[in-house]
Amino acid sequence: MKAGLWNENPGLVQLLGLCPLLAVTTSFVNGLGLGLATMFVLTCSNALVSATRRFIYSEIRIPMYVLIIASLVTCIELIFEAWFPALDRSLGIFIALIVTNCTIVARAELFASRNRLVPSIVDGLAMGAGFALLLCAIGAFRELVGQGSIFARMDMLFGGEPIRGLALSDRGFLLAILPPGAFFSLALAVAAKNALDRRRKRVLGLLAARQLS
Amino acid sequence: MTTGTGNGSGRKQRSPTAWSSGIVLATVAAICTVLVTITHRLSAPRIAENEKAYLEQSLRPALANVFYDNDLSESTLVLPPPHGLPGNETATVYRLYAEERPAAAVLVVTARDGYAGPIRLLVAVEYSGKLTGVQILEHNETPGLGDLIEASRSDWLKQLEDVSLEDPPRDRWAIRRDGGAFDQLTGASITPRAVVRAVKETLLYFEANRDEIFAAREQPVTGQNQESEQ
Repeated sequence: MKAGLWNENPGLVQLLGLCPLLAVTTSFVNGLGLGLATMFVLTCSNALVSATRRFIYSEIRIPMYVLIIASLVTCIELIFEAWFPALDRSLGIFIALIVTNCTIVARAELFASRNRLVPSIVDGLAMGAGFALLLCAIGAFRELVGQGSIFARMDMLFGGEPIRGLALSDRGFLLAILPPGAFFSLALAVAAKNALDRRRKRVLGLLAARQLS
Repeated sequence: MTTGTGNGSGRKQRSPTAWSSGIVLATVAAICTVLVTITHRLSAPRIAENEKAYLEQSLRPALANVFYDNDLSESTLVLPPPHGLPGNETATVYRLYAEERPAAAVLVVTARDGYAGPIRLLVAVEYSGKLTGVQILEHNETPGLGDLIEASRSDWLKQLEDVSLEDPPRDRWAIRRDGGAFDQLTGASITPRAVVRAVKETLLYFEANRDEIFAAREQPVTGQNQESEQ
């Protein structure tokens, strides 16, 4: 579980699925929406691939993955159009493009096709959650810096009247919303993760040294 | 056969025939198709409903005070080119009725002579020929110059509200630089010229064809324009 969320986070460490990650994270609600959709597809595809792994000959496994993932993505796209129309318009083509998210094929190939059903589902949930959390974090950061608000338009996901969110300031730093801002934000996130890891290692090292002495 | 399943005997056991591979693939394809079909059945009514609501919502700003009581999505005319309206693409006309009588029409047209490619416009006209509003749907004009035609960026578009071919007179339907009655934008005259010209052409078309447009309620309009109902 921790591997997906932190140690092997698909976005932060494996740097997979960057296309949606960079493109849609202009606001928190966009990140959350795409994150949840990706998590759903990843979990279901892991479950299906794992359940059918005995019937899948290795020669035809790629077409099988394509079939399974494409059907799941079509389903999620229809669900978004039907129940979250505003979010669907805001995410646009990127819901359909979940199908090209390398994380999903990578987990099917590396994990689900070699493991039992339950661990595969857990792996899908963990990797999906890791990706979704990163999308939310970058979305929140870019929205905060770029527009000076946070959690705006959450109604797109939960229904109800349009919500402006917590507006902290009227104007933002436009760069954060533009494409370069996405790269900067991701770089900051990766740097922050590495810094935290290093710091923890040092603390653990100090503790170990103290115990020895 | 190249996946490295070990020695000869292992490979013989594991390697599938083309038939069995085909059957497995076909079965999975069938299951996936069923899955997608079920989702489609469940979501189709809601998707149609959402599209209707979105259409009403997106047309509302251009229809300031027009009263109508019909269902917009059921009164749509799709006109394939050549239709006489600006633009080479299919033009869409939404017809509004109040108590069965024509009230207004919303025409989606394309101005082809923008500075940076075509400009998609939504033109809302009352039956009398009075323009109630214009909306810019899509354009690639220069940021900071041509894109001031967008209602959210400047008030330029406001001058196209509540005007008609009589007011200002039709020979003054142009930007000031061309001797007309409409302001251009500082540093950009091509974009406003394109928009004004497209709106004028749309009004001229509406004037000449409005009864045909509104009459085509049940059956497609026949005649020179080969209109058809969706």
